[in-house]
Amino acid sequence: MKKYSILNSRVPRVDAVDKVTGKALYTDDIKMPGILIGAILHSPLAHARILNIDTSLAERLPGVKAVVTHREAGTTPYGVSPARYDETIFCHDKVRYVGDEIAAVAAIDLDTALEAVSLIKVDFEELPVVLDGRRAMEEGRPLLHDIYKNNICAEVHWHFGDIEQGKKESYIVRTDHLTSKMQDAAFLEPQSVIAEVDSHGNLTMWSSTQAPHYIQRTLAMALNIPLHKVRVIKPAVGGGFGPKASCSTAELATCLLAIKTGKPVKLTFDREQVFLHSRARHQFFHTMTTGVKKDGTLAFLDHQCILDGGAYASFGIATIYYAGSLLGGPYRLKNMKYDGYRVVTNKPACGAQRGHGAVIARALFEVQLDRIAEELGTDPIELRLKNVMEAGETTCNELFVSSFGMREALEAVRDSAAWKKKRSLSGKTRGQGRGIGAACGFFVSGAGYPIYRSRTYHCTVVTKVDDVGGGVTVSSGAADIGQGSDTVLAMITAEELGLPLDDVKVISGDSNLSVDLGAYSSRTTLMTGAACRDAARDVKRQILEAIAGVLCVPPETLDLKDGKVESLSGELDFSKIREEYLREHKGFIDLPNELCLTFREASRIAFLERGSIVGVGMYRPPPLGGSFKGATVGTSPAFGCSAQVAEVSVDLGTGEITVENITGAHDCGFAINRTQVEGQMQGSMMMGMGEALMEQIIYDKKGRIVNANLAEYKIPTAMDMPHLEAIIVESNEPHGPYGAKEVGEGAIMPVIPSILNAVYDATGVRIEELPLTPERLVAAMEEAKKKPSLQENP
Amino acid sequence: MKKLISLNVNGIAHELAVEPRRTLLELLREDLGLTGTKKGCGIGDCGACTVLVDGVATFSCLTLAIQVNGCSVETVEGLTKDGKLSRLQQAFVDHGAIQCGYCTPGMLMTTTELLRRNQHPKEQEIRKAISGNLCRCTGYQKIVEAIQEVARSENEEI
Repeated sequence: MKKYSILNSRVPRVDAVDKVTGKALYTDDIKMPGILIGAILHSPLAHARILNIDTSLAERLPGVKAVVTHREAGTTPYGVSPARYDETIFCHDKVRYVGDEIAAVAAIDLDTALEAVSLIKVDFEELPVVLDGRRAMEEGRPLLHDIYKNNICAEVHWHFGDIEQGKKESYIVRTDHLTSKMQDAAFLEPQSVIAEVDSHGNLTMWSSTQAPHYIQRTLAMALNIPLHKVRVIKPAVGGGFGPKASCSTAELATCLLAIKTGKPVKLTFDREQVFLHSRARHQFFHTMTTGVKKDGTLAFLDHQCILDGGAYASFGIATIYYAGSLLGGPYRLKNMKYDGYRVVTNKPACGAQRGHGAVIARALFEVQLDRIAEELGTDPIELRLKNVMEAGETTCNELFVSSFGMREALEAVRDSAAWKKKRSLSGKTRGQGRGIGAACGFFVSGAGYPIYRSRTYHCTVVTKVDDVGGGVTVSSGAADIGQGSDTVLAMITAEELGLPLDDVKVISGDSNLSVDLGAYSSRTTLMTGAACRDAARDVKRQILEAIAGVLCVPPETLDLKDGKVESLSGELDFSKIREEYLREHKGFIDLPNELCLTFREASRIAFLERGSIVGVGMYRPPPLGGSFKGATVGTSPAFGCSAQVAEVSVDLGTGEITVENITGAHDCGFAINRTQVEGQMQGSMMMGMGEALMEQIIYDKKGRIVNANLAEYKIPTAMDMPHLEAIIVESNEPHGPYGAKEVGEGAIMPVIPSILNAVYDATGVRIEELPLTPERLVAAMEEAKKKPSLQENP
Repeated sequence: MKKLISLNVNGIAHELAVEPRRTLLELLREDLGLTGTKKGCGIGDCGACTVLVDGVATFSCLTLAIQVNGCSVETVEGLTKDGKLSRLQQAFVDHGAIQCGYCTPGMLMTTTELLRRNQHPKEQEIRKAISGNLCRCTGYQKIVEAIQEVARSENEEI
């Protein structure tokens, strides 16, 4: 591997000091003179016709500056996928879930705003509700939207290869089911928004968003303001994991209130509103029939899925495609059929969440592989190794994997977790309370296409050298939401220009700076990283050309390294070129006196020669994917893959599961920052473990969330989490900068199934409903005792 | 009706008139501009608002401002001494114990209390101490490693 000075290291993230000192500013931390506080009226009913909205009492309350409903907001439809714009800023005809937004208020303080909200009177005509996603499609069910026949908001029917042929070749065929519950992303920072309009009619919005560019477009469209008059700024963001990628009513309503009042307005969700707004993990109902040949070669997969997506489409169209397409890898699978339905129900809308669409599908498929291995009498890791793809192969749904460390990752976790020793022991001790399980995963490294149909660049990066010389400023619309993309951009720039990290300033997350599609689909390191590298190289070329011109040497004989200009063709005399710099800086104390020319001098001299030095980098993936309907979803310039071994112990009396150890390996192509790669892996392990064992939104019969708080919606604490071993695999991705590709989402893929497989090893029972709570496990163990043959010979 | 309270925050004495229902969190963030302390839930579930009240880790969202009348309060802004990060802050930086950073201030305050009480906590003691501070980004691994580094040292400063 090439030797780098800063890449592949463990330098602290560039915002670390601000974050340990409390200086980092999140949206709700920002103060402005005269700022008003906004509040939203949410629907108390899951499904009802709106007969009348009376805001007169609220408007008369002293301290209230504006009350807005659909009458002020209009009813321009918006959403995430242009083909399914099914939301309006406020409900106008119906409410479709408990929490649906009806009105908003701006007032002098929060107390007044909340009181005003309570004074808005809405007359409803209650309608029957649809809460069960499996039954939403049945004839005669109440319909949520006129545009969605049978409550189906999207369906996918794919058939790659020939599953009938696959069935003929199969030695073992088995069908299994797995369902999950809706989940919450549970980021620590509730959504917060500030909006302000200047005297030229320019709207600026600060928001805890993952995708300033998409939000800018949605604000402009839904509020009918020219795009160039809308600016979205992302301050520090306290985690997103997907839900903050779609535009929210909080964002739209706050902008509208700022427009109406002419004052800055802030609106911050409380925790319950985070749950109500949701846009997090869908509920999945998967059924898979998988066949393998006698030698363990995969023969076919027949997959059906119903996705309960709540009241609106949001990202759900992509979700239903991802749920099918990402089973194309990481194994060689020639024949795959997929029938997916994304339905709407009277619950908060679901959207994208880490491992978008693919997490539960992956879990079931990996459980199936384990069950097949058992039937074949094969080690489950060996069965997987027999089927893994290699770099250069294409999946049956036309996804090309240009780098692929799947085998290496699987072998790494097998060896690191002492699988062979522990598994052979546990094979004898199945059902005795201690178990070990393995699984793999596969994920995109950046969506191949933007959400709206366009050949837009996915990102641009502008790097400008300080005119006074010394450092550079990298400007990017990329959204650092905690994953550390600013640090990646700083490291890449520092590496290319031979600068210390502290001389690279990164400003990002601002739609004024550049187009960047945002932090979703694990795209930033590969895409914005590539653009950043090219911008830095552009800067470097210009500086070296300027210096070479002054020195009368060819530019290719010069390089930038360790903060200096390096001559590749023997020593150069810089004394002449330095004179002007010294003259300019008479009186300055820390003047350069080294033999070589410093970057500080070189960059200033370049300015004197050419004016401002600005480098630009851009990234747009090449055309990707097949020509079938929906072929664009799942495409990516590169694919990450991962493997994991989990060890659990189970109290066979109470069903309590303790995860004792997790060992994961992820192929990120090349680790720009090793600590950050491990951090993404470990965070994925935690989120996956929570989803496997404890996380579920619970609704009552009227569609109200009964656990909309972080005490009753359980996520893992430090006491729940075991030691997390993160192994980095580097396969050198040809399409990624320096060989890098994703880690942010792919690392979650094997987590749930490795735990499910370990729990089976510990208990001898399989659970078909997530999360795997002690109650469900005890019930399954009781059932198995009654009918022991069922578990042995399904 | 507002009540007059006096308290010491990060070594600075303050006297303020506050509504009896104003929380310590609101007082710190709104009245004193100390926005380092975060609100993640407002009901004592997440720990992001943890500060030290007379040295004891306390959820500032569940504490009324009038309850801390006469008390000494420490927040994340007070951890840095003479412009230098505390050893714990530095360990969080070095170990990558920070991602989004929203839990970080509360996590640091809880851990500061732990280490004052118990200079060399074992891993399980660390995990138990921070179990009321939720983090959604790190899986806690690097946070625990950062705290362990400080806990291994014989240096009594935190």
